[in-house]
Amino acid sequence: MANHNIEEQVGIPWGIAFTVSWSGLKRRFMRSLITMAGVILAIAFLAYMLISDKIIVALVAAKDDELNDLLQKSNVDIFASSATDSMMLLLIGLSLLTCLVGIINSMLMAVTERVKEIGTLKCLGALDSFIVKTYFIESSLQGVIGTIIGIILGLSVAVGIALVNYGAYTFSYLPLNGIVISMLAALVIGSGISVFAAIGPAYFAARKQPVEAMRVEE
Amino acid sequence: MSDFIITAKDVTKVYIMGEEEVHALRGISMNIKRGEYVSIMGPSGSGKSTFFNMIGGLDTPTAGEVTMEGYKLSELNNRQLAWVRCHKIGFIFQGFNLIPAMTALENVAIGRIFAGVAPAQARRDAADVLEKVGLGHRLDHLPSEVSGGQQQRIAIARALVNRPAIILADEPTGNLDLKTGQEIINLLNEMKRELDITIISATHDMKMLSASDTVAWIKDGAVERLAGKGEFEIEVGSIDGQTVA
Ligand SMILES: Nc1ncnc2c1ncn2[C@@H]1O[C@H](COP(=O)(O)OP(=O)(O)O)[C@@H](O)[C@H]1O
Ligand SMILES: [Mg+2]
Repeated sequence: MANHNIEEQVGIPWGIAFTVSWSGLKRRFMRSLITMAGVILAIAFLAYMLISDKIIVALVAAKDDELNDLLQKSNVDIFASSATDSMMLLLIGLSLLTCLVGIINSMLMAVTERVKEIGTLKCLGALDSFIVKTYFIESSLQGVIGTIIGIILGLSVAVGIALVNYGAYTFSYLPLNGIVISMLAALVIGSGISVFAAIGPAYFAARKQPVEAMRVEE
Repeated sequence: MSDFIITAKDVTKVYIMGEEEVHALRGISMNIKRGEYVSIMGPSGSGKSTFFNMIGGLDTPTAGEVTMEGYKLSELNNRQLAWVRCHKIGFIFQGFNLIPAMTALENVAIGRIFAGVAPAQARRDAADVLEKVGLGHRLDHLPSEVSGGQQQRIAIARALVNRPAIILADEPTGNLDLKTGQEIINLLNEMKRELDITIISATHDMKMLSASDTVAWIKDGAVERLAGKGEFEIEVGSIDGQTVA
């Protein structure tokens, strides 16, 4: 028999999925903040390292005797080309890895907590693609917002520490271009990691079945 | 086309739990007429929810066949099943199953959005139905901000918003006190009369029976007894006193 009056369910556009995710994110604000905390810290650390490196390189390049004294007092090797050594690179790498695992972990937890919710949405007619979209957007948004907060935090700390150590010299030789490039680099890295981390949990969420809605916890 | 909106034929469901087989349904056959109010009675664990999963297209039977409006559910693909769940069936759950991060209005509107309606219109439709179930003044409240009875009213509005042909209610009063439960049953009856829908409701609440056209008693995954209107009313009277208490 031809299924002439049973149609195929049509998918929901990204724009509507975005609205749904965004309002959910706001209502679960404290929860989101905890997820974001890992991203904020990791990206703040990255941004801090990148920016303070740029600041110190600029101060060294100034070749100001009084400034060189200050630099040596805070243990900067004024003959090195970069203030970031391989140990620091390793630390940055580890913190980014932790950030990636942290996002995946907290999204998987969110999915497990909301299995019944996903089942219910499917009972109402949600397709897998809607679940993928909303969870992907939710996770990515948290990551990107966390990244932006982290960059601002890292920038503040880097400039703050430079001000404490080198006072007014900081602003005399502030490498604006370098700082902007560092911030963009941190934005690209943080957002990239967040979006990448969002993919797996989104598909994991979409695999949950509508029967989950019926299950009654004893 | 037959008079029956839903037919179940020898529906069997076996869950495999490690080494063990759980026979949740042992060949249930049932024909449900359009506009009928069917109550599925049975103790906890008798297979009511499992049967609902089968007729709602939420899960596939191990053997047997379910048809809805003449179509075999087993022949539908995922998108068609989603369409059936969206347009043909309204689900009501024991635990209400509202989305905690959505307001009453959004909980109802989302079903309309899945039906392909634009968001602004979906919200208007949702507000209309919420008004109908007596929650016009709670549109922007979160589920956690209203009582259990009100939550179930939101869930009923959500189930009705796409004007389904069938309401599947799995123990809709199971989490409510007697009085609130009665109000929910009255609301369901009112909606049934007004909208001409078929209601299939699982319950172990005797009060639900008075409104039913048919009662199916199931036990251990099989229909033990099927009774039409005149046949169980006498019986309700005699059981009423001891169960409602
Ligand atoms: N997903 C499942 N896996 C294994 N056993 C299940 C599952 N769902 C239900 N059962 C079993 O099937 C039987 C019927 O359960 P259910 O349909 O939930 O009964 P009711 O809704 O009448 O309380 C029970 O023995 C239950 O333990
Ligand atoms: Mg049940």
